[in-house]
Amino acid sequence: MKLMTFAACAMLAPLVAAVAVSASQKPAAKAEPAANSNVGITLPGDLSFQFKPGPGSQAATTYCLTCHSSAYVSTQPVLNKAHWDAEVTKMRKAYGAMIPDKDAGEIVDYLTAVYGKST
Amino acid sequence: MQPSRGSFIVGAGAATLISAALARASAETIVHGVFENGDRPLVAFPQKRPLMVLTPRPPQLETPFAVFDEGVFTPNDAFFVRWHLADIPTSIDGAKHRIRVAGAVGEELSLSLRDLHAMPAVEIAAVNQCSGNSRGFFDPRTAGGQWQNGAMGNAVWKGVRLKSILDRAGLKSDARQVQFNGLDRPALPTTPDFRKSLDVDVARGEDVIVAYEMNGKPLPLLNGFPVRLVVPGWYSTYWVKMLSDILVLDRIDDQFWMKTAYRIPDTPNHSVAPADKDFATIPINRMVVRSFVTNVTDGQTMKAGRAEVRGIAFDGGSGIKSVELSPDGGATWSPAALERDYGKYSFRRWKGDVKLEAGKTYDLACRAVGNDGGQQTTTSIWNPGGYMLNVVQKYKVTVA
Repeated sequence: MKLMTFAACAMLAPLVAAVAVSASQKPAAKAEPAANSNVGITLPGDLSFQFKPGPGSQAATTYCLTCHSSAYVSTQPVLNKAHWDAEVTKMRKAYGAMIPDKDAGEIVDYLTAVYGKST
Repeated sequence: MQPSRGSFIVGAGAATLISAALARASAETIVHGVFENGDRPLVAFPQKRPLMVLTPRPPQLETPFAVFDEGVFTPNDAFFVRWHLADIPTSIDGAKHRIRVAGAVGEELSLSLRDLHAMPAVEIAAVNQCSGNSRGFFDPRTAGGQWQNGAMGNAVWKGVRLKSILDRAGLKSDARQVQFNGLDRPALPTTPDFRKSLDVDVARGEDVIVAYEMNGKPLPLLNGFPVRLVVPGWYSTYWVKMLSDILVLDRIDDQFWMKTAYRIPDTPNHSVAPADKDFATIPINRMVVRSFVTNVTDGQTMKAGRAEVRGIAFDGGSGIKSVELSPDGGATWSPAALERDYGKYSFRRWKGDVKLEAGKTYDLACRAVGNDGGQQTTTSIWNPGGYMLNVVQKYKVTVA
């Protein structure tokens, strides 16, 4: 049995998520593929990313965070209302986000006010 | 930038480690942005050294650029990560993994890793680059993943030819495309599952492989453990991770990820004016030639005298013919020396030098030409997806 270890930066890393690796249950034959091991990791969720406060932040939290962290929004360039509207429309039409019309409008206003620009 | 390497925590200590680490998250190191909203925290995800977090869920992690100066191959723990969908399996038993081959084939297959290992193995050095690498530098900015230049990496991939698998299944005469799916799933059932397709002629190419090793080790889970498709020369959108399904189609794939997403203008340099609306599009495909300086950063102060300038170049698979270096923003050029050739799909390291005089400023620039004659653009292209930037890179240097 070969116990696999992964190099990682446990010492200096500002944040360390974890991985657990165990060898395959089958006896290690000579030609046993290395990728036949059992690998498990734990992902760190959203880290410290969250939507900034403001009117509509609750709707954004409810509907946007279903599929992705708020970093998808906060790392975008500063977009105007038409651009944010296009993004929310893309999420609904192309990616199937089930956002009711009223909430979608609220989310566009929130994104424009908090993460965007007026023109 | 080079963290110490210790042996990893194996087994049950994991959960404790995570919470302790999260408590320290507020003290995380930030890589400051070179464009608006460009600050990125450096965080070590599982099997990874600290990388620049574009988004933590789904994970999108960028390689700090200094890594590319460390060597021609990008270490697995520094290799960039990009997932589209949030439901990623976090535990995979390689021994139980199967790749199903179905559709327009003579015989359906279900292949284990052991089956793959029983087939002839091939190794190939190839650059894996995100279609939207460098999107953050588009002007005007365009929505999407706001990468700097580090959504790329170079590795030696080992696996079996896709062609061998397709031949074993036997393609029917009406086969037109081959569609690939991995184990990742959308968070919502209404979101299109991520699948990508290649024309049969491309899929049967000698260099397209199903890889179970990366730089001599199993792939990190976040890079597609236990197997991923490797399409040398093509943007990484086609390099489907955690490959589980190969479906041979008797038609052109018309699902979202081919018909709507990852489309580029069918125009010269795949560029359009930001106001343009009516232009034909095609699926993104082969990479365009690029080159970067790896030991000098834009805005750096350097000492007077002769300075070595070194970097990397690559293209979509013709190989690098030449690299040139300019001290004056592209007014004059001199050839750089190409280093060892690891194959036409690999990074090619190069080296040159410049003479720097005290008190002056310089605009270093580099440009590469592919064996197919492909060149970098002198001004930035633009397209709405923010794809395929390959403008000549410039680095402003002040001499102390």
